[in-house]
Amino acid sequence: MTTTIRAPKHTITALVQDKPGVLNRVSSMFRRRGFNIVSLAVGHSEIPGLSRMTFVVEGDDAIVEQVTKHLHKLIDVIKVADISQDNVVSRELALIRVNSNAHTRSEIMQIVDIFRANIVDVAPESVVIEVTGDEEKVDSLTNLLRSFGVAEVMRTGTIAMSRGTGAGGPAPSNSSKVRLEGGV
Amino acid sequence: MKLTGGQIVCESLIREGVDVLFGLPGGAILPLYQTLPEYPQLRHILVRHEQGAAHAADGYARVTGRPGVAWATSGPGATNLITGIATAQMDSVPMVIITGQVSRAAIGSDAFQETDTTGITLPITKHNYLVMHASEIAQAIKEAFHIASTGRPGPVLVDIPKDVFEEEAEFEYPETVDLPGYKPTVEGHSAQIKRAAKLIDQSKRPVILAGHGVIFSGAFDELKELAEKAQIPVITTLLGISSFPDNHVLCVGMPGMHGMAYASLAIEEADLLIALGMRFDDRITGRASAFALGARKIHVDIDPSEIGKNVKVDVPIVGDIKRVLLKLNKYVEPATHLDWVQHIEQLKKDHPSMNIRDTDKLLPQFIIRELSNATKGSAIVVTGVGQHQMWAAQHYMFTEPRSFVTSGGSGAMGYEVPGAMGAQVGRPDKVVWSIAGDGGFQMTMAELATLVENKIPVKFAIMNNGFLGMVRQWQEFFYDRSYVATNYTANPDFVKLADAFGMLGIRVTDKTQVRSAIEKAMEYDGPALIDFVVEQEENVYPMIPAGQTIHELIEEPAPEKVRR
Repeated sequence: MTTTIRAPKHTITALVQDKPGVLNRVSSMFRRRGFNIVSLAVGHSEIPGLSRMTFVVEGDDAIVEQVTKHLHKLIDVIKVADISQDNVVSRELALIRVNSNAHTRSEIMQIVDIFRANIVDVAPESVVIEVTGDEEKVDSLTNLLRSFGVAEVMRTGTIAMSRGTGAGGPAPSNSSKVRLEGGV
Repeated sequence: MKLTGGQIVCESLIREGVDVLFGLPGGAILPLYQTLPEYPQLRHILVRHEQGAAHAADGYARVTGRPGVAWATSGPGATNLITGIATAQMDSVPMVIITGQVSRAAIGSDAFQETDTTGITLPITKHNYLVMHASEIAQAIKEAFHIASTGRPGPVLVDIPKDVFEEEAEFEYPETVDLPGYKPTVEGHSAQIKRAAKLIDQSKRPVILAGHGVIFSGAFDELKELAEKAQIPVITTLLGISSFPDNHVLCVGMPGMHGMAYASLAIEEADLLIALGMRFDDRITGRASAFALGARKIHVDIDPSEIGKNVKVDVPIVGDIKRVLLKLNKYVEPATHLDWVQHIEQLKKDHPSMNIRDTDKLLPQFIIRELSNATKGSAIVVTGVGQHQMWAAQHYMFTEPRSFVTSGGSGAMGYEVPGAMGAQVGRPDKVVWSIAGDGGFQMTMAELATLVENKIPVKFAIMNNGFLGMVRQWQEFFYDRSYVATNYTANPDFVKLADAFGMLGIRVTDKTQVRSAIEKAMEYDGPALIDFVVEQEENVYPMIPAGQTIHELIEEPAPEKVRR
């Protein structure tokens, strides 16, 4: 892990129209305003015709406020929420191809077990590991595997959801997040 | 009723109240053009270059408040519109642009005159559409007009493939739009408005900063009411000029880089800024981190993303200026702010930014002052970008709303010719003066033919100094008078040029000829041009260099020190 001080990371979700070019509109806005995306994940939402995007962005509060406002300004974006301050569940899926042979395979399998990851493909010279977790967990596993030789890494980017209001965690506080509906 | 895509476009435009549009045909948009004879109520003005069509639609929109319409063919037709679309986007001007596209089957194949128009215009439009079926045209146009003209206005582009213009579909114009992601906040938050009123009541040295939003909201009376009720001096941004009469006793004028020194000083000394429909542009703030540090700030804007973008504010209010002021004016207590108003009067005396020095030379400032007097401040004035634009902003005394038309945010030279054309088409009842620079004028002067052809009687005052004057001024101030690539040594004879286009041309080289030339141009029944051969190296004062503060203000040197 690097020790340099970085701008804080924020998790923002957006409900968007599932139309051609929407991803382009969103990414173009980030590019032209100079906002820094750490990761971006898109998929269908629970509502037909609408997709949900999860962004992890770097920046101070003022920048993140601008990100949410400018996202919201896009006509095809319906709802934006900065859920960074919420109690959230965030997950990422990664596939990691690691060099392996008869000598190293069992050690790799032990590490995989500790991380509750899975080996999904075995070849004479390598294995493919599937891991799910928050960004830090995926980072730690990847770092541990480096000594064996990491040949390829594929990550989906973070998706995130606020926890429910039941026993799972505290109710999301309204003061700590930006929720916008409608816009210009 | 089954109609072709082209007919659906025309029917839709008519239902949106469009009566005039600016364009130039080409292959991909031809099926639309060929339906035009069926719709005589749509007046089409054939331009000489598509940039002219876009700027004209923009000028039309700025003087009428209604969306301007321009169209062009695919590829180069669409790309020629770009400067005009970007200009409208920067200044929040409502426009609907229709472009032809290559046929559906050819899209993506690098076909003849194919350009990714929606891709190119994505960052410079409020929204855009690629319509792939004739049955979707009416909905797209309905939405385009709705989006262009509501909230923070802006240009919306609708790209339509050639074969979609030819395809037939049932036509029924939609009554409503369904845009779940687009619901502008119009009414300001009541509690915030009350907080703003309280700040105003408590303030000793308030100023209003009125921007383009006041004009698009049509909040002229409401602004005047607020200013008069609490006796608050009004500063107008470049695009806010004509939102408040220049001859009003509370009008302080324009601040910023080339604004009145006393306006910038008033901001510096104020304890409260009431910013209405303006966006704290860098030309106003200079170094934003040092801007108006002693003042609390109320910011009213319909676009939430403008609030807190450049300057931190104390009371943000998202909403339409007119609606917000209607409420705010009720809460604000009457006040006099006598000391403050008198102090600003003193600043005006100490920093006479509006003075024109006494000389026999032909100064652009003098010409604009004469123009202002001759038209009693009631003409529509359109400008290009540069020195002449700043002098027009400074020295013309605007008395009527929506009468100053200029490319502010994008600073597009060449706006002065087609922009004036659109303004005159939108307001045929008004005298339209285009105050032009010799540089910008030559960028778009092909549209003079359009003016003559369509009997559009714009009057041009070219401030001909043979230089790209503002760039030259920067070279003089900041690059030790090294005039690289700013001197036009072989400008055309603009009077002969006017003659060649079939319009009146007058040359003025002496101060004494100014007024009579202006009168003559206005008496002439048709477009006219005056070539004012002005002092070459005149500078715009005052000036706050880019990124600096009021403390680095450069005022005009005393006459004896001026090297001439």
